[in-house]
Parts: sequence; C-alpha cells; structure tokens
Amino acid sequence: MNRLLDVTGLHVTYRGRPPVRAVDGVDLAVEAGQVVGLVGESGCGKSTIARAVCGLVKPAAGTVTVDGTPVTPLGLRRRPAALTRVQMVFQDPYASLHPRRAIGVQIGDGVRAAVARGAAPSEPAEWLRRVGLDPDAARRYPHEFSGGQRQRIAIARALAARPDLLIGDEPISALDASTQAVVAALMRDLAVDSGAGLLFISHDLSVVRLIADRLVVMYRGRVVESGPAQEIWRDPQHPYTQALLAAVPVPDGSGRMPAPPVDDARYPQDAVLR
Amino acid sequence: MTVLDIAGLTLSIGGTEILRGVDLRLEAGRVQGLAGESGSGKTMTGLAVMGLLPPGSQVGGRITYGDQELLGLSPGRRNALRGTEIAMVFQDPSTSLHPMLSIGAQTTDHLRHHLGLRRTAARERAVELLSRVRIPDPAGALRRYPHQFSGGQRQRIAIAIALACSPTVLIADEPTTALDVTVQAGVLHLLRDLASEMGLAVLLVTHDLGVMSAVADRVAVMRHGEVVEDGERHQVFTAPAHPYTASLLASLPGATGGVQSLDDVRALEAT
Repeated sequence: MNRLLDVTGLHVTYRGRPPVRAVDGVDLAVEAGQVVGLVGESGCGKSTIARAVCGLVKPAAGTVTVDGTPVTPLGLRRRPAALTRVQMVFQDPYASLHPRRAIGVQIGDGVRAAVARGAAPSEPAEWLRRVGLDPDAARRYPHEFSGGQRQRIAIARALAARPDLLIGDEPISALDASTQAVVAALMRDLAVDSGAGLLFISHDLSVVRLIADRLVVMYRGRVVESGPAQEIWRDPQHPYTQALLAAVPVPDGSGRMPAPPVDDARYPQDAVLR
Repeated sequence: MTVLDIAGLTLSIGGTEILRGVDLRLEAGRVQGLAGESGSGKTMTGLAVMGLLPPGSQVGGRITYGDQELLGLSPGRRNALRGTEIAMVFQDPSTSLHPMLSIGAQTTDHLRHHLGLRRTAARERAVELLSRVRIPDPAGALRRYPHQFSGGQRQRIAIAIALACSPTVLIADEPTTALDVTVQAGVLHLLRDLASEMGLAVLLVTHDLGVMSAVADRVAVMRHGEVVEDGERHQVFTAPAHPYTASLLASLPGATGGVQSLDDVRALEAT
C-alpha cells in the first residue's frame, strides 16, 4: 500500500556561500486520516519540508510522493489539477487571504479546484458553517474579521478543495493564545473526518501534542526523534527533545522557571525512531 | 517600594478609546506582568509610560515617577528620563537594533550622550554590560554587527543597551515572543535576575501566560483597555477573581483547569 505522503531521503539546499543545507536527509510519512506534528526551532528546516511537499522548492536530492505520484516543483504554468489534492494553511492569515476579494469568492477558488478533479460542487457558505463562522458572511471581506476568524477562513478555503493531504505551516502562531488550541483542534477534526492526512508544523509543543497522533522532532535539518505523540511528550529519549520540552514554560502560576539553554549546545544527530 | 504609579490612565486616538482607566504600580525588584489579547491596550500602556505615543493621542490620568508627574512634563524633561531612568526593550531585536551600526557604536553612543562618558570609559562600561547579559567575548562583540548574532543574543544586546544608564524602570514589551522556546528560557532567567539583583522595577508585557507564570511576581490582565484583574501571580493563576481571566486560563494547555486533552478543547469550542 502506498502511504499518502512519503518523503524519502529529502535534501534541500539554498544558494549561498557556503550553500545552506536546510533539509539534510529527511524521511517522513503521513497516512490517510493521520495527524503528524512536525516540531523544532526556527531554522531547523520544518517550513522547508512543507514547501517541498507543496512543490514550492526543488529538492536537491530525494523524493516526495503523494499516493505514489511524485510532486513536481511549481513552475510558471498552473499546477496540474491532480496536485490540488495537497492544500496548505499558512502562518499569517493577514497575508494569505486576498484583501480585496470577498471571502466567499476565495473559498469558491477551493471549490473549483475540487470540481476540476471531479468532486461534486459545494457551497462556500457550507464551509463557513463547518469552520464555525456565520454562513451569511460569505460576501464580507477579510479585514472585517479577527485573526482567529481569518485563519478559520483560510482553513475553509483549503478544505473546500477537498484535499487528501492538508499542511499547516505554523497555522496557530499568529493567533491569540486563547484561540490556538481551538483552531488546531478544528483543523485536526475537519481533516480526519474527511479522511485526509494532516501535517501540522509548529514550534508550540504544548498545543501540537494535543492534536497529533505522531510527532517528528527536527534539529539542524535532520529528524532526531519520531514516534507516538503521547510517548514522546511523556518520555522524550533524545537529548534535544528533552531540552525542548524542559524549556516550555507552564502556565500554572508556580513561578517555576523553564530550564535555561546550554550555551552553544551541539546535540547528537543520531535519531531515536519509534 | 512603589517606583512608578499609573492611576486612571486614559488614552484615545482619533476618537477611538484605547485605554479606559488603567491602574498599575511598579515596585523595585519586582516584575509586574501585564497580560491580555492583541488589541487589549497592553502595549499602549507601556508606550504611554515611555512617552512614545503616536501623534494625536489624548492622554488623561496620572503616571507618577518618584515625585514627578510624567504626563505634565515638557518634551525636553521627558527625553532626559527616557532611556536613562525609564528604559524599554521591544519585541523584535532584529528591528530594534540598527543593522548598519556596530554593537560598540550602539552601546557606547547612548552612554556618551546621556552620561557624558569619554570613549574609553564608555567602552569599558559597554563590555561590562555585554558580559552582564552573558554575550560571549564581549570586547570582540563591540566590533561586530547585529546580523552576526543569533536572535537570542540580539535580544540580550538590546537589554544591555536598555540597562546602559542603570534605569530604575524597565518596560519589556513581548521580549521573548520572537524567540525560540529554548532561547526564551535564557532571556527569562536574565530578566528575573535583573529584577532581583539590580532592584529593577520591570513591566513585562506579554500575551504568553506561560512566560508570565515563570517570571512575574504580580499579574495584571487587560481587556478592552481596562485592567480586569491585578493580583499576586499564584492567586491569579489558581483562583482568578475575574471570569475573563478564568476563561483565558481554561483555554490553555497545561494551566490549572486548562485543556489537557483534545476532548477538553472540543468542549471549549462547543461553549
């Protein structure tokens, strides 16, 4: 059986002197109906993986396949209809929605992508209802909504394209703390209910561990630990994962300081895979 | 000891009410947290203390620093206090430092202007400050530029510049929001130490209640331009007096009474 998303031996290099090896040999898989959380610090390569999976950057080596079909890098021409089965929700809903188009029209773009692949047409208003917004709001514009509501609109647009694979690249980090967990859970539930896989990228472990089935921890372009989310949260094995978890401040009012970082720490890059 | 007393602070800009009567007291050696969602007025409260409000701002109420009433001061007197006795650290160290000036220029300019130090004395003081915030090789760092440092180091340098004239009040507006969690932990330790060792009165503005729980002694919560809750940290987190604080905590993973599982989050969404 083909995995829904299969990333094998992925290397991505950015130009520069010396060239930057953003992703340095990563294997990653997402099954249908599964939520995989990809975590790590800024610069560890997690967004580059998201971009490679969408065909927004060209891998230097390795393969990315969705249901056995290779993902081709996006060029000047329109993306082949088959690839619209991969949809992405970006970090900043202020930038990812078009400011001068009504939100119903933008969700309609997603619907048209689904119809072009042979799916039945659907109403933008219905998608608004599913993400918990007023279905009558379809004629309104992005600036009339709060950040959390805009991210729900971006999720509605992605889901309207009936993706088999949904990717969220830091979809909750621009939102207020009180809405982060709710929006993350909404993404999980809508993706899993439609049978899609979800690759959820975030640096916020306390939210990711709530919604992910599996966790993949990246450090300096490589995967250092992967396995069931609850196991890793309870019992991290790799020293880097342990440091990452110890640094998360807990809002319990105890005044307990998070563990300070080790200066110039170099963690081993041998992976712990379970 | 109360260092700065904000009483009934109101602010409107272009007819829009931003602050509707804010009361806060900063005490020496203590970290006063100011929490709230985006748009609640917490940053504007910090800027009002600094005297850095946008043009067209209508300010009311009182901000008392020692025996001086800040809101009535002339721009010149205000300038003399800003950066010397009341200093500020901003959210994003990659924009608050000048990219084209060496760290040496950015730390010593300040010292020479405000304290009238000569070049060598200013350099010595700058090296002392950079080692205080644990920048490796502080003397060498003076010749380097912001892009040669990591995000966490840049924020430490911004803190060093803020500390240059030994201020009594430090306003830190989301000082760790742009940093990774592991780097954030280091900056939080530094802020905590500065308050206890140098007796700084710190106003820590952040939306991150995890950060608040780690370093704040007192926590105030703002909503729609008002302080709805202000109390000792432990009490605010474990027995919040205002329903809004309770609802904020209920939405957070890891908080007392906060969400612990996916089902808790779904229950939250349903209400």
